[in-house]
Parts: sequence; structure tokens; C-alpha cells
Amino acid sequence: MSENRYELNENLAQMLKGGVIMDVTTPEQARIAEAAGACAVMALERIPADNRAAGGVSRMSDPKMIKGIQDAVSIPVIAKCRIGHFAEAQILEAIEIDYIDESEVLSPADDKYHIDKTKFKVPFVCGAKDLGEALRRINEGAAMIRTKGEPGTGDVVQAVRHMRLMQAEIRRIGSAAEGELFDIAKELRVPYDLVQYVHENKKLPVVNFAAGGVATPADAALMMQLGAEGVFVGSGIFKSGNPEKRAAAIVKAVTNFTDAKLLAELSEDLGEAMVGINEQEIELLMAQRGE
Amino acid sequence: MLALQGAFIEHEEMLSKLGVESFEIRQKNDLLRSFDGLIIPGGESTVQGKLLKESGLLEPIRQLILDGLPTFGTCAGLLLLSKRIENDARSYLATMDITSVRNAYGRQLGSFYTEESFGSIDKVPMTFIRAPYIKEVSDSVEILATVDGKIVAARQENQLVTAFHPELNDDLTIHRYFTNMCSGE
Repeated sequence: MSENRYELNENLAQMLKGGVIMDVTTPEQARIAEAAGACAVMALERIPADNRAAGGVSRMSDPKMIKGIQDAVSIPVIAKCRIGHFAEAQILEAIEIDYIDESEVLSPADDKYHIDKTKFKVPFVCGAKDLGEALRRINEGAAMIRTKGEPGTGDVVQAVRHMRLMQAEIRRIGSAAEGELFDIAKELRVPYDLVQYVHENKKLPVVNFAAGGVATPADAALMMQLGAEGVFVGSGIFKSGNPEKRAAAIVKAVTNFTDAKLLAELSEDLGEAMVGINEQEIELLMAQRGE
Repeated sequence: MLALQGAFIEHEEMLSKLGVESFEIRQKNDLLRSFDGLIIPGGESTVQGKLLKESGLLEPIRQLILDGLPTFGTCAGLLLLSKRIENDARSYLATMDITSVRNAYGRQLGSFYTEESFGSIDKVPMTFIRAPYIKEVSDSVEILATVDGKIVAARQENQLVTAFHPELNDDLTIHRYFTNMCSGE
């Protein structure tokens, strides 16, 4: 039987589209997320907001904790490894994780190289600030892309900036003359065939989600209208007053992202949103990790 | 096209290659438009099922299917149409007399591609992503495809289901079969 693992892994991302992937730290939270309509959960020891507060080195989660979450839910389970830490990725593959997020939220393990993701059978999702980063990650074997945003802040401004930048660059390449593609490939430091794909299809070759700072149904709708194919919500849910209600509202906002009347109803009485910190108040910009 | 969550755009593209028009159903109002068939796409059955119930779409769609609307469910769509899901207490539209098994091939590492015959057609590409299969069918259900002895495609009058994703390959066989169902075959 011939099979293309990479294609199957891209296909799983296609099944997640139009959905919300939620950060959870316990089996109990995972069950709440699944019941609220999450299409997948991200299992991690500390949500990004707490990583920020705690400081220090943050690493891959305890496999036992991840297995507890795998047993608690029937939807796909994603876990994070540090940028460049292929041994952590090997461990996550060994416990049959559904997706690995090579993530700037954790402390980078390699300041030059990302993981060679073509060596793995399980799929990877990676963060990107712009099209060049996205295509470099895809070239390394990422089967799904998300904006980096600025995790753990509850401030959507960076996710918006990254998504707008990606879409603008896609439009630029889409309308470029064929002969200009070689130079664009050089400028973005990516192989020519990926640039050619974007030129012909006017989109990324893989599914593209929004992540980093999404905290409300309106944030989720904003990102979907800007071209995201789904949304990651990290600290925004379990750092808020009423996680169940907020999670369910964000799920519905992603499905009905153009229906302002419904979005108004969904935004009512959600309790306190995550307090958040503004971009200018942050000392550590996680988005700058890994270019 | 039920467009609550999942890979519905891929189905729309397949239909447009066949010259068939489609539109997306997200809310009850969308059912007011006229249509000849319904596709329930792959995605997560728990998400789509929950949104079906809470949007008030579940009962009207269930009634349309019982009244004979040609309906095609892939993967999660198969689960939503199943009367029984062996390893899940939940049921949703429950209009098709089959018992299915959710995530029957395990996690993502169990996802696979193969080619098998579908009805009388040889070598149809089949992509399985964290897929279910059908464990039991009633006498009124026609089995259309099996892989390693497991039922992966079946039809009961106006309802067609596949455990795999024909929308992910270029082959139009299954979508053509369904559009023929919609025009009364």
C-alpha cells in the first residue's frame, strides 16, 4: 500500500477547519473543552499566561499528563515541544500524539535550526509572523500553520498583524509576474516551488489558523474574517470568569463569523474576560522566537 | 452543504467540478432555500453534533432526511447519520440503520490511504483520517465498499455514507454517484 504520510497529515488539519483548538492543562479542562465544542485540545502543563508570570525555562509537558488528557477526550490531542527540540518531538510521537506544535510559547531549544519535520510520521503545526516564515516551516515539513500572535496576553493585535501581513504577501505573490517569482523566493528564503504554489493558488499550501491573544467571540470572528481557517484559544478561556460559556460562544462565533446579530448574542453575559496585558507592557515577545 | 465545522469547502469544489451548484447551511434560515441533496462533511462529530442541536437544525434536517432528501455523510457525517455509535453514548440525526465505531483505526498514526472497489467501480481512492467504520448494518442497507473486511461505504435508500474522504482526492466517482442519487437514480 502506497501512502503519503505528509498528505494524510495535511488532511487532518483540513478536518479541523472551522473549529476552535483550546489549551487545556488537566483532563477535567479537556472534558469541558470537548463538551463546549472544541475540535481539538492542546495539552500543556501551563497556559502561556502562566508561563509568562512564572518565567524560567518552559519545556514539553509530562507525558503522563498528556496521556491523561488523551484518555479523557475523543477529539484530537495536540502537544507542544520546544523549537528545535527533536527529542521532545520523538517522545510525543511515541505516545501517539495527533499533532505536535513546535512552539515559541516554550523556551527555544535551538536558536538556529527548527526540527526537520519530514523525519516524523505525526504532523506538525508551526507558528509564523509572515509568509516567509510560514513557507520555511512548510518546507521543513509542517502540515499546518498558525499565526504566532502574542500568546498569553489576551491582546489580539499581533495575531491581526501577522494574519494581515501573510494575506498581503499572498496577494502580492498572486499578482506578481511569473518572472518575478525567482526573486521573491530568494527574498523570502524559500524554495521556488512553494512560491509558485502560492502564485497559482493564492493561498498557503496548508491550512492556516489564527493563534495568540484571541480572548472573545468578537476576536475569533475578526480573525476568521481576516482569512483564518480556524482559531486556537489559549489562555483566553480558562483564565476567564466562565470558561464553559466563553468556550461555547467562541465555537459558535467561528461557525457564524459573519453574522453580527448572532455574534452580539454570543458576546452577552460571558463574565469577566481574561485581564490581559498590552503589547507595549510585555517584556518578553514570544513571537520573536524562531524565524 | 452542512457548514458548521470541518472540510465542507473541499466538497463544494468537487461539486463545482461536476457543474453542480451548492450553498452552505449554518442556520435554520438557510433551510428555506431549495436544494436537491445534502452533504454532511468530515470534521469532528462532537462539534458538528453539538452545533446541529444548538442551532435548531437537527430536527428539521432529520425530518428532511426521513422524507427522502438525498443525503451524503463522510466520516463525521457517517457518525451523525448512524443510529448507533458503538463506543459513544451520543447519537445525532440517527436516521440510518447502521452501527458505527468512532476513531476505529486509532489516532492520527492510524490514518491511511488505499484504493478499493466501490460498488461495481474498481480502484477508487480512499483517504481515511482518524476514521470510523461500520460494524453492523440492517437488511435494508446496501454495502458498497469494504477494506480489510470492514464496511467503509453503504447506502440505505436516500442516504449514502463513506468512512473515507472522497473530497480529498481528485477522483469524482463518489460525488458523481451521489449527484446521480439526487437526480433520482
